[in-house]
Amino acid sequence: MIRTISTEEITKNIRQMCIEANHYLSPDMEKTLKDAVETEESPLGKKILNQLQENLMIAGEEMIPICQDTGMAVVFVEIGQEVHLEGELLEDAVNEGVRQGYVDGFLRKSVVGDPILRENTKDNTPAVIHYSIVAGDKVKLTLAPKGFGSENMSRVFMLKPADGIEGVKQAILTAVKDAGPNACPPMVVGVGVGGTFEKCALLAKQALTRPVDEHSQNPYIKELEEEMLEKINRLGIGPGGLGGTITALAVNINTYPTHIAGLPVAINICCHVNRHVVREI
Amino acid sequence: MDKHITTPITAEVTQNLYAGDYIYISGTVYVARDAAHKRFMEALDRGEELPFPIQDAIIYYMGPSPAREGRSIGSAGPTTASRMDKYAPRLLDLGQKAMIGKGKRTQEVIDAIIRNQAVYFAAVGGAGALLSKCIKASELVCYGDLGAEAVLKLEVEDFPVVVVIDKDGNNLYETAIRKYAK
Repeated sequence: MIRTISTEEITKNIRQMCIEANHYLSPDMEKTLKDAVETEESPLGKKILNQLQENLMIAGEEMIPICQDTGMAVVFVEIGQEVHLEGELLEDAVNEGVRQGYVDGFLRKSVVGDPILRENTKDNTPAVIHYSIVAGDKVKLTLAPKGFGSENMSRVFMLKPADGIEGVKQAILTAVKDAGPNACPPMVVGVGVGGTFEKCALLAKQALTRPVDEHSQNPYIKELEEEMLEKINRLGIGPGGLGGTITALAVNINTYPTHIAGLPVAINICCHVNRHVVREI
Repeated sequence: MDKHITTPITAEVTQNLYAGDYIYISGTVYVARDAAHKRFMEALDRGEELPFPIQDAIIYYMGPSPAREGRSIGSAGPTTASRMDKYAPRLLDLGQKAMIGKGKRTQEVIDAIIRNQAVYFAAVGGAGALLSKCIKASELVCYGDLGAEAVLKLEVEDFPVVVVIDKDGNNLYETAIRKYAK
């Protein structure tokens, strides 16, 4: 059965999701950040984590964005193959939602229209949109505004198969160490392993949208996530990079088949303001 | 140690600031980030004056979100300071005494800090809602066309920062990490 969905509906939802994501963290992120206050050993680190708690409270109650960098809007659009979209072009509908959300929601416009000429587009469009066709008759939208303090510290490593899992571990630690205080720790580390050059980057970005209290279904990847979180937290970077035992809140790793000659690894670093809102239409 | 300081940040003030100190700043703070710094350099190259008095000034590397009605500013946390590393030494040599941002600095900036007895403060990244509560007034100085990157003059009250690099070049990012690395 074909189900018709109006792209106007998509605009409306994206608008609300932009505003929601920038003022409230998802319950999994909120809980993990709260728990971190108890675990942190450094007094200054604890103080900073408490300030982040207070910051979240003020953001939600007074409608002030959690972070002034309200990000570039990354949108995952999963379209059920039984869906018929009606109305304006889907891409325009998504961008219109972003425009309305950022303008009406008093969010910062951080997008320049050309990477070299650098003129601000003044409405935070265009979004970065990833489409996929899935089973079913629904449209699932995931909106993840991405700040660039942490985005700038993200890395892609084209490892050799011989580098193996140790190479992957080294790549993750290198990226996190280099990021240090620049990425606003405690961070969330999204990792993509496998695929091609661009696929591993996309896997890493998707990994950031997975709840931080959920591990990979794959048992050895789950173990790797736990091991890497422990190793990262032993680096000493700490909240704000000012020393401490909570440098990361989670390491989420997604994998994909790859070529006999390669082992691509991407590390997408996100700050503690790891924003994502999911809605199904 | 917790300390309260008031602008302007003279060499006398920086003499008593040490890496690791927790500081509350009150007074006037200028806001400028990437695009504004680029214009400062262009203005200086043309032999023009900077748009605000640089002597003993604090520059906060920040680009706020828009203010809702009745408020002085939106979310207002620090941005990554390393993007201003290219410009900072020249401004420090002209008299700027303090920078507020987050993240590592280059050796050139650290050398300029020592040379000019200046200081680099970090504010908590990602706490823009909380930090905005310490900003009592905000006015546009120039470059309004840059939107979020315009130069602003802020009046702040007990704005919380940590001394990361002090006048002697001590760097908290390096010492604190060593303390907690296992």
